[in-house]
Amino acid sequence: MSQIKGPVPLAVNSPLAPSDQIFAGLMNARDERQKMKQSSAADGADAKVVFNAIREAYQPHYRAQVLARAQSAALTTRPFAERLVHFWANHFAVSADKGVVYGLAGTLENEAIRPHVAGRFIDLLTAVEQHPAMIAFLDNQYSVGKDSMAAARVASRFRGADTGQPKRQFGINENLAREILELHTLGVNGGYSQADVTSFAQIITGWSIGGGKGRLAGGVPGRFYFRDNLHEPGPKVFLGKTYTEQGQRQGEAVLADLARRPETANFIATKLVRHFIADDPPPAAVDRVARAFLKSGGDLPQVYAALIESPESWDANARKFKTPEDFVFSTLRALNVSPAGPEEVIRTFDLLGQRQYTPGSPAGWPDTSKSWDGSDALMHRVLWASRVGAKYESGVEPADLAAASLGAYARPETLTAVRRAASSGQAVALLLMSPEFQRR
Amino acid sequence: MPRPTLLNTGRRRFLIGAGALAATAAIPNALFAYTGGASRLVVVILRGALDGLAAVPPYGDPDYASLHRELAIAAPGSPDGALALNNTFGLHPSLTFLHERFAAGELVVFDAVASPYRDRSHFDGQNVLENGLTKPVGTADGWLNRALAALPRGAGRPGHSAVAISQNVPLILRGEAAVISKSPQVTPDVDEDLLARLADLYSKDDWFSARLSEALQTEKMVDGAAVDTAADSSAMSKESLKAAYPNRVGAVARMASELMRSDGGPEIAVIEASGWDTHANQGGAKGILATRLAGLDQGLKSLADGLGPLWAQSAVLVVTEFGRTAAVNGTRGTDHGTGGCAFLLGGAVRGGQVIADWPGLRRTALLDNRDLKPTLDLRSVFKTVLDEHMHVDANTLAKRVFPDSSGARPLQGLIRA
Repeated sequence: MSQIKGPVPLAVNSPLAPSDQIFAGLMNARDERQKMKQSSAADGADAKVVFNAIREAYQPHYRAQVLARAQSAALTTRPFAERLVHFWANHFAVSADKGVVYGLAGTLENEAIRPHVAGRFIDLLTAVEQHPAMIAFLDNQYSVGKDSMAAARVASRFRGADTGQPKRQFGINENLAREILELHTLGVNGGYSQADVTSFAQIITGWSIGGGKGRLAGGVPGRFYFRDNLHEPGPKVFLGKTYTEQGQRQGEAVLADLARRPETANFIATKLVRHFIADDPPPAAVDRVARAFLKSGGDLPQVYAALIESPESWDANARKFKTPEDFVFSTLRALNVSPAGPEEVIRTFDLLGQRQYTPGSPAGWPDTSKSWDGSDALMHRVLWASRVGAKYESGVEPADLAAASLGAYARPETLTAVRRAASSGQAVALLLMSPEFQRR
Repeated sequence: MPRPTLLNTGRRRFLIGAGALAATAAIPNALFAYTGGASRLVVVILRGALDGLAAVPPYGDPDYASLHRELAIAAPGSPDGALALNNTFGLHPSLTFLHERFAAGELVVFDAVASPYRDRSHFDGQNVLENGLTKPVGTADGWLNRALAALPRGAGRPGHSAVAISQNVPLILRGEAAVISKSPQVTPDVDEDLLARLADLYSKDDWFSARLSEALQTEKMVDGAAVDTAADSSAMSKESLKAAYPNRVGAVARMASELMRSDGGPEIAVIEASGWDTHANQGGAKGILATRLAGLDQGLKSLADGLGPLWAQSAVLVVTEFGRTAAVNGTRGTDHGTGGCAFLLGGAVRGGQVIADWPGLRRTALLDNRDLKPTLDLRSVFKTVLDEHMHVDANTLAKRVFPDSSGARPLQGLIRA
């Protein structure tokens, strides 16, 4: 249990840049390229300018974050805490295949999740929803209240003037609000309506990122910044309650209430139990974990304790097929090796179909065996296992490795296959591909 | 070696063409079933909710331009205008291949269509699109797997019948009927001795045993496909797939077509493409969505080219979980909506039609004052294709494949007789 107290920093000393610096780097790279483009009088290709800026400014950071993540998973002395970090990073998923998120995805995990993974849920939730990676991923930075100061100013400027151009229409973007409710707190059956989504989106107008130019200048570039001039003023009704707080406080008050609701407790408990116990979460375990969540006011160590103490956690029949991430990280730990550079990590996850930080959707990677158990996926695992075997065969005693990594789960036929293998490399591959290593 | 499937199809058509109906009737149905059945079906799932009002601009609707504003596609004939379908609807200017197929009578465009799902979660929406029920939970299998199990077939038809072009199988194809998965990634050969030892190691574990044997059969199929296509000057060897098709839709489409053309290959394939969730800076005739649509369009062309002679007996369904808001949001994009569009494409399709009971975009006509109101249930389209094209019997469709779907009546005449 000592694993789940306090922050969970990366287990390696990696020179990772903070999100504000990375984001400011992107803005600078974009400005530089815009200037170059204007001076060379080339036209069109705006998208290409942005694309190149993203690659230039972001790629080294993405690679460094992916490497640090794998090394930390390999070397940590707190493997359960590290798994919790990965669980929450997937619960609060952002996806690096959206350009603006590419170099920031790992910073959400390192800056918003690691400090709070063994703290209170409300602190974790607030840190995540105010992290620039989440704001940018779900498009909240320019979501504008229709009666905000910015909208009023534009309306007065255009009054009576018909420029023939379509006027920029100010309004909300409901993406972040919807996903906070559906994916981060209440769950899709959590009892909210479209009107609640719209109202919550109004409530968090102004939750943005610092930087910008001209009228948009403000805040520290790349950090969370509340833009009062974009905020929809006035009290708002959400889930039947009227929120009268001003500005940024209004959204924080909603988050605080969401973090206390039984629907949230139940949703989080269901996801934890699905992840750590079984694809079809046993209701008794969900209930126990949800009660711990509510009783403790979302104190996460008490929630994890209830999870571990659930007898269902120790059911030897309830083992899950590993995701590619589980498979790779458990292999690194079994072999006691840590990747030396980002290339091998990136190639590995591309091969196995789980490129790091790219679940593609805000729902994160799927967490049931059926989503990962295709025959094609199995062949990719075989291929990777054979490469790993060939790479690390010297210095490995396969029989000892089997005993150490499989323990009581080792089946006699696996031990026999490992002993009779044609080479140590093949023995390692057979061990990694054994049904008992492929399940956790 | 000639493909038995094609040979028989050709003969069947010839006989019908020659008016020798009596001769056709004399051939037992089981013979056709044994040779694999003529029909091929590809389902393309667009994950993230495609904006139907951009893909199929209703330029003739008086409210369209004012709601969709800078995202609206202009009328045909204007610069960057829509590609005309009729007096009301067009196609996005990126969809040139689809437009060409419409003119050739091989594309049906559906509009104001939706699954029975009426909330706005991607993930529940995709579940309903794939599980064939009216709600997101309630079954762990997909409607296409249930349809696969109900396909009429003769005894002894070898091999599998459906493939997911991905490493893993999406919900729509999960279920009791065995299916395979194959991603377009190139997998170099794995040492055969290792595979033999794994087969032995898995012999007491049914699940691993089944997966490995499926994987080995798929590899054989791919090898077969590569050999076959090597003789075809327009085709690529599997090693060059990735280089030749940097666009992902193209790569998966090509893999689907190669597998379907191989001997004993699947008659059903599922392809997925993501990136349609355009909440911000969606763009109009040009921009993010336009680029995605062009990729999809070229991917579908790759599929048609790759299927080659099989195209004549193919139908391709292109669907998404729901449409998007009729009005532009505050960030030059669109939020989650309800009614949207779908496409049915292929040589077997009776195309050149737009099927839309158009509710209009007047504020009062919108669903919840924001979304295009659906007037056609996607399950009606699915049922019709499974009936007319795949010959799944109507009773099984109504009871087993799509339970609780009595409100979703089949259409008629989507597939050439």
